[in-house]
Amino acid sequence: MNFPKELRYSDEHEWVQVIEGNKVKIGITDFAQDELGDIVFVELPEVGDEIQADEPFGSVESVKTVSELYAPISGKVVAINEDLDDSPELVNESPYEKAWMIEVEASDLAQIEKLMTAEQYEEMTKED
Amino acid sequence: MGELKRTPLFELYKNYGGKVIDFGGWELPVQFSSIKEEHEAVRTRAGLFDVSHMGEFEVKGTGALSYLQKMVTNDVSKLIDGGAQYTAMCYEDGGTVDDLLIYKRNDNHFLLVVNAANIDKDFEWMQSHLDGEVELTNISDQVSQLALQGPLAEKVLQTLTDTDLSSIGFFKFKEDVLINGKKALVSRTGYTGEDGFEIYCRPEDVADLWKAILEAGKEDGVLPCGLGSRDTLRFEAKLALYGQELTKDISPLEAGIGFAVKLNKEDDFIGKQALMKQKEEGVARKLVGIEMIDKGIPRSHYEVFKGGEKIGEVTTGTQSPTLKKNLGLALVKSEYAELGTEVEVQIRQKRLRAVVVKSPFYKKG
Repeated sequence: MNFPKELRYSDEHEWVQVIEGNKVKIGITDFAQDELGDIVFVELPEVGDEIQADEPFGSVESVKTVSELYAPISGKVVAINEDLDDSPELVNESPYEKAWMIEVEASDLAQIEKLMTAEQYEEMTKED
Repeated sequence: MGELKRTPLFELYKNYGGKVIDFGGWELPVQFSSIKEEHEAVRTRAGLFDVSHMGEFEVKGTGALSYLQKMVTNDVSKLIDGGAQYTAMCYEDGGTVDDLLIYKRNDNHFLLVVNAANIDKDFEWMQSHLDGEVELTNISDQVSQLALQGPLAEKVLQTLTDTDLSSIGFFKFKEDVLINGKKALVSRTGYTGEDGFEIYCRPEDVADLWKAILEAGKEDGVLPCGLGSRDTLRFEAKLALYGQELTKDISPLEAGIGFAVKLNKEDDFIGKQALMKQKEEGVARKLVGIEMIDKGIPRSHYEVFKGGEKIGEVTTGTQSPTLKKNLGLALVKSEYAELGTEVEVQIRQKRLRAVVVKSPFYKKG
């Protein structure tokens, strides 16, 4: 299981990467994709949509089940990863790189500071 | 909630990467490698399932045949010794108690295989209707079961036995077959839409058989398979799952298993009046296949609409691993069951378009 140090993590298993300034990328973690199994469908918001921290912004479906995606922070969606439309399996293959889901202009950078570090998140995934 | 039950293979799952879930009170593997890979293995090669959670009852005595004729919808008198039959068991109102397999040893001795989640309910129901010279025994704890399914199933299993497996026809079985030295009942039956076998053995032998079959099938790419692929495989083949396509509120005629309801058999059976009426008047609901037109995946219990009116519910849905389409089975008002009918499925906040298509979605070539 992979937990990149430079990312921050939510308790709903999303990761956040600060690109520059208040621009961040969001996706789901290696742990989450492993739990879900074969991903067959990813539903994302549209560019321009506002997302709210702790509120659903989309969903990800495996063969077996549907899981909602919860926004780790608030902000405005400025880009979505359209590759996931045709290749949802990227979420299984490359959860932290090729399968980033949305790019957001964060409205409050302090929200990111409240998210877990890689060590804290890894610890959480070990507790059952 | 009581403690979760386990099959004798539980300790072995982790050696094969099994991911365990709670399935109706049982701790069972949902997958070993991945649902898609396991699904593909069964469609193109073969896969091995632990289905030891299934229930087994014995029905013995001179009154066994007439008792079963009363209890189930199919015509048990048509079964020959060494044959198996799929049937429903109904309530008086035509709702379904369970769907099951009946194996006939002889006129006075039958083996019934019932759904794991229904073992207690079925046993009580059957016990409350006992009459005549009949002995009903729940032997579920004394029987383990494996299912080896897929086009290479026979080839692989044949390497472990001297019994000529090609002599076991579809829905026929043989007893006391020695597989890798262990005695088993072997039937050419299954729940995947592929050729294959179900293997019933003693709980103390099942781990050896599991290992031996996987070892024998290694070169042919046989995989251990979990409940996830079992579900997608049976779904594509439109094989009903109790709790979804069949319930106490859904009759076998509505669920599309009318082939297992013999209204013209000589003996009266529980539910016959209600089912006869449904047949004469036409069933109010039908199980249909739907394919999404818009992007989305139908799932169990999602509501189905036509022009603003709720016309039914999805019973099972997923992205079909074989066809890569977003498909569902839905129980809808009969007037909307015609092929090509456009309907809408409520998926979260949206109503998305789907169309009634031919089912089963998959038939083996």
